[in-house]
Amino acid sequence: MQAQNHHDLGTPAANGPAVTLDIDGATVTVPAGTSIMRAAALAGGDIPKLCATDTLKAFGSCRVCLVEIEGRKGFPASCTTEVAAGMNVRTHGDALTKLRRGVLELYVSEHPLGSCPESSRCEVERLARAHGIGGSRYANAHSARCHSEGASKEPDASNPYFRFDNDLCIVCSRCVRACEEQQGTFALTIEGRGPDSRVSASQNQSFLDSECVSCGACVEACPTGALLEKSSLAHDLPEKSVATTCAYCGVGCALVAEVSGGEVTRMVPNRDGRANQGHACVKGRFAYGYATHSDRVVKPMIRKRITDDWTCVSWDEALAYAASEFKRIQASHGRDSIGGITSSRCTNEETFLVQKLVRAAFGTNNVDTCARVCHSPTGYGLKHTLGESAGTQEFVSVQQADVIMVIGASPTEAHPVFASQMKRRLRAGAKLIVVDPRAIALVKTPHVKADHHLRLLPGTNVAVINALAHVVVTEGLTKEDYVAERCERASYEKWKAFVADPANSPEAMEKITGVPAAELRGAARLYARGPNSAIYYGLGVTEHSQGTTMVMGIANLAMATGNLGREGVGVSPLRGQNNVQGSCDMGSFPHEFSGYRHVSDDATRALFEAMWKVPLGSEPGLRIPNMFEAALDGSFRGLYIQGEDFAQSDPNTAHVTAALSAMECIVIQDIFPNETSKFAHVFLPGSSFLEKDGTFTNAERRISRVRKVIEPLAGLADWEVTMHLSNAMGFAMNYTHPSQIMDEIAALTPTFRGVSYEKLDRLGSIQWPCNDEAPSGTPTMHVGKFVRGKGKFYVTAYVPTTERTSSRYPLLLTTGRVLTQYNVGAQTRRTANLAWHNEDRLELHPHDAEARGIEHGDWVGVTSRAGDTVLRVEITDRVAPGVVYTTFHFPESGANLITTENSDWATNCPEYKVTAVQVVKVAQPAAWVSRRRVPMTEPAGS
Amino acid sequence: MDAQRLVAMANDIAAFFDAESRETAAEGVRTHLVKFWEPRMRREIIAHVAAGGAGLVPTAEEAVRLLKPV
Repeated sequence: MQAQNHHDLGTPAANGPAVTLDIDGATVTVPAGTSIMRAAALAGGDIPKLCATDTLKAFGSCRVCLVEIEGRKGFPASCTTEVAAGMNVRTHGDALTKLRRGVLELYVSEHPLGSCPESSRCEVERLARAHGIGGSRYANAHSARCHSEGASKEPDASNPYFRFDNDLCIVCSRCVRACEEQQGTFALTIEGRGPDSRVSASQNQSFLDSECVSCGACVEACPTGALLEKSSLAHDLPEKSVATTCAYCGVGCALVAEVSGGEVTRMVPNRDGRANQGHACVKGRFAYGYATHSDRVVKPMIRKRITDDWTCVSWDEALAYAASEFKRIQASHGRDSIGGITSSRCTNEETFLVQKLVRAAFGTNNVDTCARVCHSPTGYGLKHTLGESAGTQEFVSVQQADVIMVIGASPTEAHPVFASQMKRRLRAGAKLIVVDPRAIALVKTPHVKADHHLRLLPGTNVAVINALAHVVVTEGLTKEDYVAERCERASYEKWKAFVADPANSPEAMEKITGVPAAELRGAARLYARGPNSAIYYGLGVTEHSQGTTMVMGIANLAMATGNLGREGVGVSPLRGQNNVQGSCDMGSFPHEFSGYRHVSDDATRALFEAMWKVPLGSEPGLRIPNMFEAALDGSFRGLYIQGEDFAQSDPNTAHVTAALSAMECIVIQDIFPNETSKFAHVFLPGSSFLEKDGTFTNAERRISRVRKVIEPLAGLADWEVTMHLSNAMGFAMNYTHPSQIMDEIAALTPTFRGVSYEKLDRLGSIQWPCNDEAPSGTPTMHVGKFVRGKGKFYVTAYVPTTERTSSRYPLLLTTGRVLTQYNVGAQTRRTANLAWHNEDRLELHPHDAEARGIEHGDWVGVTSRAGDTVLRVEITDRVAPGVVYTTFHFPESGANLITTENSDWATNCPEYKVTAVQVVKVAQPAAWVSRRRVPMTEPAGS
Repeated sequence: MDAQRLVAMANDIAAFFDAESRETAAEGVRTHLVKFWEPRMRREIIAHVAAGGAGLVPTAEEAVRLLKPV
């Protein structure tokens, strides 16, 4: 079922030149390629339909949308007939009504009136009623179909979020086409013929056991109640709908929350959403139940020592206690002995406020954000080469790409809605290069096969990018005119000479990277010849000791081949969390204000000092790992953490927990208790994205509104909590709505100068920069020239990580995510997504398993120089021999107990993606862990 | 601050800038330290160099010597 009040135009939009025609006596002008059905709907005269919906290509099977066209014989289907200049169309009349009644009566024979649990929204029943049909002369057809061989007697309720009732299905194929066209999974098909036709998931399996990824596109496409959300069955029709933005990954899907009885009953993608184009995934569409999970902390709590029990207190008492502790620590140990952490899960307004609190109320630049541990190298690398710390494209740009290179990312798992767009382009003929140690799903998925899979060894990204550049340069595949016009000549010549060195050739690098030279040469030629080549990358690029170098190497390659500054090309980081881009934009890093301006810049600092009426520091503050080091030496003792779980998400857990234990006051603001809150002294209840107003900025720099759907469970939105903490510290903040915070951001940040809630409501979303030069925003960056002026090439020498295999640790561990879980799992572990993934597993190649006597499902001990943990094994050739892989969604799996403190040279982003480990079979996992685990360091000063 | 950790970090930075000439590389490392290292980290690494600079690669050590006292 579609979103309530959605006006479905029947077929997708076209973009041809204007065409004028006549429909029912009215003159209508639409783009060429538009269907008559859509043209009529745009003119306000909807044509009856069943198999058509505006997210899917016209199918022409239901025969309900017939029309008459002057000068043409018969009754063509309006969904499959395109408009033509001067055409004269009649959509209503006696003959048409008679035809439609006949067809609808046949449908009613398969879908008896009153049988649908969503009778008022069922399109069959609505149309039948509108045509005065009260029953069917062919009523036994439904009975025959329901009792035919293979027909299930009971609805398939295996999927936790929706059920399929074959009795209500009219076999219109909307679900099958949605699975193909929108999602690109091809999990559904129509099995059988004639009255035996029925929708089948995979090989007639249950939905849960099939290839279905539970994106919900089929459920939304279904015109009846055959595929229906279980939440819709359990609730009345929605009382209101609120347009908002998803709080999961960096795609930032526009959603509509439907509310009944003060409860969210359904989440549907907003078809006007520019990022997701009417699509969503299993997390965004269905996994919102965590917001009202019984684990939510809804009362502020304090305790003097982390060994004490929590005491519930009032907001005033909790905030006063936190402020007094921070003041006490600063009085004893100096202004820089405390700091704060902003969250990429929170809104722009909230992250801006936290960094303002730290800089202005605390009087220090010790503020950092969780982007430190994911995409901080993106910011550094793209700023230095291109001039802006952000991706260059909008998502829809991928539809113009001829060659797509995916490096260190698994979009189908971590950015599924964008992956569907990418797969659509690949099915249309674009070429694909995958650079990844694992055979990610994109390497071979229905109707998509990578042209080149460069299966490199973890930690050798830079060697690969240099080898790709070597081929481009030495085979004359560079775009010299482009570079001459747009890049710094001297830096280009230097880089060119560097990569042309035979030491960087694919043949020389093969023994380091493990990538066959011929395969790499083929990939380089394909990318360079494009003509439109686009790079999409993820944490497999950034979370390395040379993460920043690799980002620079990617930018070098794109500049040298002229693949920046227009649609279809570019360098696009796929951001992990919903607001990673935004939290970075808002000045969350310790060295820069909003808009990526260094704190030492006097003019910028003066702007902020004038607005905030307080002197600000000109020295960079501590980064997250530096804070841990300072905590251990006693110079850093207080921390305000909004929405971040260091103790689970950061590497080398033993080191992190020792640092947290050493602090005197940790204030956690979160929606759930987590691993870090075990070390906290004050717990301030957070609010989910459903409980507040604000904005998120996605991976394409798109600023979208988050709107309050329900009241904050604990009474305050996150921005209000920060504001009250600031007031308790003695630095006044008096906002009455987040729009005022955005106004302040716009006043202080050149790239946000033109942003306001009024404009966001009017335009739907805005891609920054948005200012006088670009009042409606900037979909594509670096058009005409780079933001920094001339693009700058950097020499990117490959420096092997110090994390290497040895006889003691002979395997390389790398990490990633699965589709149904999200990051540390705080949200998704509290949803029915556990049906798909209820534990982290270690992927191990069959050869490595055989050598160790390990079988599928065995428990294994995983040991690194940092620590050890136990995981259950999945034997698969998705990983290469010598490489193991796990996800990190469950705290008990302790993936970060084994990752090390190695980090990126420029940003200290942890090297999560390379850890040398040994894997051994373990008979008694719990006993093995307790025997081996090193006791936690005694907290200093406790 | 753990001096050995700071030494490792400084050496990592130097490894990137070592693609430049020695003088340019040291200046690159110095600029990086000024822009991204909190003052107590710079104080610590300066003190470490004053104490002999054990473990620092030449570019990193030279860069630290270029730092102004914090």
